[in-house]
Amino acid sequence: MNTESNIRLLVDTLTGQREEFLAQWTRTVGEDLRGRLSTAELGRELAELYDAVLTAVGTGSLDSRGEQFAETRSLLVELSRDRARQGFTPTETVRSVFALKEVLEPSLTGDAESARAYLQFGRLLDDLGMLTSEAYLRTREEIISSQAEQLLELSTPVVKLWDGVVGVPLVGTLDSARTQVVMEKLLQTLVDTDSTHAIIDITGVPTVDTQVAQHLLKTVVAARMMGAQCTISGIRPQIAQTIVALGIEFGDIPTNASLSDALRQALKEVALDAEDDVRGLL
Amino acid sequence: MKDYAADTASLETVPVSTSGDVVSMRQTVRILAQRNGLSLVHQTKLVTAASELGRNMLVYGGGGVVRAAPVLDAGRPGVFVEFRDKGPGIADLDLALTDGWTSGNGMGLGLSGAKRLVDEFDIESGPSGTTVRIVKWAK
Repeated sequence: MNTESNIRLLVDTLTGQREEFLAQWTRTVGEDLRGRLSTAELGRELAELYDAVLTAVGTGSLDSRGEQFAETRSLLVELSRDRARQGFTPTETVRSVFALKEVLEPSLTGDAESARAYLQFGRLLDDLGMLTSEAYLRTREEIISSQAEQLLELSTPVVKLWDGVVGVPLVGTLDSARTQVVMEKLLQTLVDTDSTHAIIDITGVPTVDTQVAQHLLKTVVAARMMGAQCTISGIRPQIAQTIVALGIEFGDIPTNASLSDALRQALKEVALDAEDDVRGLL
Repeated sequence: MKDYAADTASLETVPVSTSGDVVSMRQTVRILAQRNGLSLVHQTKLVTAASELGRNMLVYGGGGVVRAAPVLDAGRPGVFVEFRDKGPGIADLDLALTDGWTSGNGMGLGLSGAKRLVDEFDIESGPSGTTVRIVKWAK
C-alpha cells in the first residue's frame, strides 16, 4: 500500500460520489453559516473548490503548496476574502474546508486501506484550512488599515461657521499624519471660502502633550502665513493646568474656553474689518 | 524613590513599539487613574506625563515596556507607572531635564514637563537603557 494507490482510491471515491459528497458538504457548511449565504451561491463555491481539489489530487499530488494546487489556493483565498468582508468569523470560514473531512469520514473509514487514504487527505485539508485562515487574517488586516485611513479623513472636517470664519473641530488623537491632513484641509478651505478667521476646537482631544501642542502651533503659524487669524478653542480647565505645568507657551495665539466665545470674538473682528473696508471706500 | 513595582501584585504591562501603542498605553493609565480616585486634573496630568515619557521611549529608546499599577501609601491611593527601554541611554541627564533642550525636533519640554506633572519622578539611564518611574497621588 503506497501513496499512489491511496491517491487512486481517493480520486475514485471523490469522482464516484461527487454529487452526494457535494450535497452533504454544502448542507454541513450551510448549517454553520445559518442562512447568511444563499445555498445556491454556497453550492457553486464549494463545487468549484471540490473540482479544483479533485483535479489537483488527480495529478497524483497531495502537496497543498505544490503547483497543482495553485487553483485550489486561489479559490480558497477568494473564499476567505469574501467571508471576511461579509463578517463571518474565522472559525466559520475555516470550517468550510474542514467540513469536507466530516463528509468523507463515513465513506472512507470502512477498512484500513481507505482509512490511510482518508488520513492523508485529511492532512491536505488541514494545510488548506490553515491557508484559508491566513488569507482571512490578511483580508481583515487590509480592512482595518483601510478603515484607519477612512477614519483619518472622516475625523478632520473643516466647516464654515460664518462668512469669513471657518472651524476645525478636532476629535481624538492628534498625530503627525492627522495634523498634516488638518493643515492641508484648513489652508485649502481658507482659500476656497475666502475666510480671514479660523477656529481650531480641541474639546474632543483628550490629551494635549508637547507633540499635540507642537502640531497645533505649526498649523496656526501656517494659517497666519496665509493672512488668517487663528484661535484655539475648547481648552478645558484640566487641559489648561496641564499645559501650564508642562511649560508650553502658546505665545500670542488667542485661546478660548469654548467654541462659542471664540466665534463671538471672531465675528466681532470680522465686523470691525468690514467697517474699516466701508470707511476706506468712502 | 520606593520600589513600588516590587510592592504591587497587579502590574499591568503594555509594550510600546508604535505610536498606536502610546495611545493604548495612555488609555490603560487613564483607566487606572480613574479607578484609583484621581481627580480629573490629576488624571489628565498623569496621562499627559505618560504620553510624553512613552513617546520619548519610542522616539529615543526605540520602544520599550510600560508597567503601571495602583499603589497605596499610608492610606493615600495613587498610580505608579514605569517606562523601561533598552535604548542608548541619555548622556547628560541634567541637560535632558532642562526646559527647551532637545536632541530631536520636539519642544524640549517632554522630560522636564513630565517631571513637573507628577508627584514622584525617578530616572535611571545608562548605556543599556533608560528607566523612568513616576507616581501621581490622589490628593
